[in-house]
Amino acid sequence: MTDLALDPLGLLVVIPLLGALAAFAWPRGATGLSLLVGLANLAVAAALAVKVATVGPAHHALGGWGAPLGIDLAADGLSVLMLLMTAVIGLLVSFTAAAAFAATPGEDDAAARRRACFPPLWLLLLTGLNALFLSRDVFNLYVTLEIVALASVGLAVLSGTRAALEAGLRYLVASLLGSLLFLLGVGLIYSAYGRLDLDGLAALAAPAPVASAALVAMLAGLALKSALFPLHFWLPAAHANATAPASALLSALVVKGALYVALRLFTEVFAPADPLALLVGLLGAAAVLWGSLEALRAERLKLLVAWSTVAQIGLIFVAFALSGTIGSAAAWQGAVLLMLAHAIAKAAMFLAAGRIAEAAGHDLIARLDRATVRPGLALFAFGLATISLIGLPPSAGFVGKWLLMEGALTAGGWAWLAVALFGTALTAAYLARPLAAFLRFDRVRRPLADEYAWRLSDLPPLALALMAVAFGLVATQTLDLLAIGSPLGIAP
Amino acid sequence: MTASSLLPLAILLTSLGVAPLIFLLREESARLRTALNLAAAVLKVALVAWLSWRVAEGAVYEVRLAFLPGLDLVLQADPLAVLFVALSSVLWLITTIYSVGYLERGDHRSRFFGFFSLCVAATVGVAMAGNLFTFLVFYELLTLATYPLVVHRGTAEALRAGRIYLAYTLGGGLVLLLGTLWLWTLTGTTDFVPRGIVGDLVADHRTALTILFVVLIGGLGVKAALVPLHAWLPIAMVAPAPVSALLHAVAVVKAGAFGIMRVIYEVFGIDTAMAMGLTQPLAALAAVTIIYGSLRALTQDDLKRRLAFSTVSQVSYITLGVALGSPIAAIGALAHLIHQGLMKITMFMCAGNLAEGLGVKKVSQCAGVGRRMPGTMIAFTAAALAMIGAPPLAGFVSKWYLAAGGIGQGDLWVIALLMGSSLLNAAYFLPILHKAWFDDPAGAPATPGRPRIGWMLTAPPLATAALVLAAGLMANAPFSPLGWTRFIVAIEYID
Repeated sequence: MTDLALDPLGLLVVIPLLGALAAFAWPRGATGLSLLVGLANLAVAAALAVKVATVGPAHHALGGWGAPLGIDLAADGLSVLMLLMTAVIGLLVSFTAAAAFAATPGEDDAAARRRACFPPLWLLLLTGLNALFLSRDVFNLYVTLEIVALASVGLAVLSGTRAALEAGLRYLVASLLGSLLFLLGVGLIYSAYGRLDLDGLAALAAPAPVASAALVAMLAGLALKSALFPLHFWLPAAHANATAPASALLSALVVKGALYVALRLFTEVFAPADPLALLVGLLGAAAVLWGSLEALRAERLKLLVAWSTVAQIGLIFVAFALSGTIGSAAAWQGAVLLMLAHAIAKAAMFLAAGRIAEAAGHDLIARLDRATVRPGLALFAFGLATISLIGLPPSAGFVGKWLLMEGALTAGGWAWLAVALFGTALTAAYLARPLAAFLRFDRVRRPLADEYAWRLSDLPPLALALMAVAFGLVATQTLDLLAIGSPLGIAP
Repeated sequence: MTASSLLPLAILLTSLGVAPLIFLLREESARLRTALNLAAAVLKVALVAWLSWRVAEGAVYEVRLAFLPGLDLVLQADPLAVLFVALSSVLWLITTIYSVGYLERGDHRSRFFGFFSLCVAATVGVAMAGNLFTFLVFYELLTLATYPLVVHRGTAEALRAGRIYLAYTLGGGLVLLLGTLWLWTLTGTTDFVPRGIVGDLVADHRTALTILFVVLIGGLGVKAALVPLHAWLPIAMVAPAPVSALLHAVAVVKAGAFGIMRVIYEVFGIDTAMAMGLTQPLAALAAVTIIYGSLRALTQDDLKRRLAFSTVSQVSYITLGVALGSPIAAIGALAHLIHQGLMKITMFMCAGNLAEGLGVKKVSQCAGVGRRMPGTMIAFTAAALAMIGAPPLAGFVSKWYLAAGGIGQGDLWVIALLMGSSLLNAAYFLPILHKAWFDDPAGAPATPGRPRIGWMLTAPPLATAALVLAAGLMANAPFSPLGWTRFIVAIEYID
């Protein structure tokens, strides 16, 4: 335990885990504790990032046992980026959550339960995600995916409404099914090769049919968890009916966990057959189209934002179609940046949407233009996040899309290029709907002073949105960090 | 990096930096907002004056920031950039004064002036972009900054117009994005270099380059309102008058025309573009746009719509002059970039005054307005005569050089085109002037009594009208638009 306490890799798992237990045991102090743990977690993640950037990939064998027997924790550039993303977004979301669930006089039991349950669930989720990004072994990945799933389902039903419970049940079933499929793949691998660590598996020669079968099973499970079309059925309801901070975490971070595992397995362990890559890319393209069309039709703001997740995740899966081509390195870089971009912008957007719905008293897009109170800062944050989700320069989304399209163009994949461009146009079309509603004033007969109402808890979404938009200015540094340890086959 | 090499950055920041401050101001702090706006605008004009002086002396400014490996954000100040920056900074100052007067009692002024500043920052960025990538960044920012201005009134009609505006401009932006990316993968750079960067590739990639040219011009042609991509422009007329003025004179349509200039001169190079046979179809398209815009303007009764179709027509003079390929015509095109801006902004401010002061929004209501608002109508008359091309006003100078360029090339159809266009200009502007000055007001005026229009609304169009006159009269002075364009053409045409 001593070595564990000193190593940042170990700390990233231990701190949130202890925090989750403490928050569970001591509900009254849970909110403050979650903020403290979030801060500590960010500090450790930043320290790890500095270490990885200066020294190179970090590695830690728990208890001194290395692979293939023991549990290895390792961090390369990709892991560090994901850890930082989780730490920053998680911390900012828990600030808004602290304000949203704050005690009010005369509150009902449900409100008290939300306040008590959010911190431990969030910290458990953080434990799972941190461990996931540090794992180098398919069984540990399975375990961490399960932890993440349990915490997520808890977060999804936190609001306690009937719709949220129904959606949460479907989410639970989908998530369990996904885990089982993943476990099936793990079992196939273990029976064939007798080992589970990623590096060992990658070093094995000639992919056997059983490896392909295992990859298909695992990818199917991950596609279910990351809501790749047509396995997205659970996502819109689950994300749209959760409370805003929970939606932000689910959409920004949880989905990325499964996506991250898919990226790792696809690029570093197996050399997938072309038809599989093509299939994943096609499903991604279908998701872009379907998610966008549903977002165009969505009547509620949060539902629109949730459908947008389906479309945006689809675009990231399009990068899989370019694996093995000369454009693959750029495409993978693009995929990672799109993951970051979506996480930051979508967290901002869900938090802002929650605030807007609260101010207007509902989140029906068609009636938002009648709202007399317009929370200025939240709207501004929503608008800024829109810029990044559409992919306009110099935002994170732009950099990601640019790299993905560069990969498609150099590989001669004109069809994928067209998907990215068309998806961008559709994103602009559906995100313009809520924004236009808030710029309309001829249905309001009231003094407009209320428009500029804002409060302190509007700052986290604003900070996230600003980060997403200004991200392009640190794109070079991000790509440098990503290349450390050559994850996804990206050469430094 | 010396202090003075940061001058382009400082010019950008005068408007980019002031925007967030204005957003944060309370709605009631009108004085502080006006002071901030004017201070920034005056500072910008001063910095630009200094910049032009230094550039004329041969100073070179460039600021680079690495964005992606091999892809930089570049701000630079070549003479072409200075031309456009000078136009935008001077007209920003004038339009700011006008807007303060125009929106005196309006709602959402902090929002308006914040986006107004962002819009000018984007225009300045477009002007000083040192490569196509940087150009794209600011081109998109311009779309985003102008959308809230177009829908400023917040009515259903304004939102509908805004939707159409967004669809066109974001679509054009996407096409330009594709073109930029493609150019980058083909050449490994997107830098603007006099005489172009694709010359070596023509032998191997002729077809790809031809398609690339169409893609780039297509993306830029939306904002430049080339037929058939012009439909958004007349619809965007629902915007408040100062916004229309800025959109038509400096910001949006000019960004498109300016981009076409950069692509032809500094991405392809005029010689390469002509050798590949790309410029003749573009010149033909510009000619069609010139005539089409004028014909449509003839039948519009709504004053602002008539002006909008006139813009469609007039902006294409710039494209025409560039696409003709002759250096003389190029001088006309570049000078017209400035001249059209001065003339059109005058007319839109006047149209705004007529609507505000008298409730006159249609040409048919214009009878006798000259006597009721003499200052405004004198400015309008000067600008309209200049548009028609009456010497010695600014418009005459541009048309003269365009025609001379056409003759020099042996393209005599250009003469016919310019004469036809001038006749059409006269046909849609002179009736307004006649009505305004010589007709008696028939029936009851839309708003009886004296117009309540302050000096802040009357002085700006008079000032720009004076500039229209000066640009024509003193066309040969060293820092006149014409003098400066000769300087630019020497760079783009002579090694």
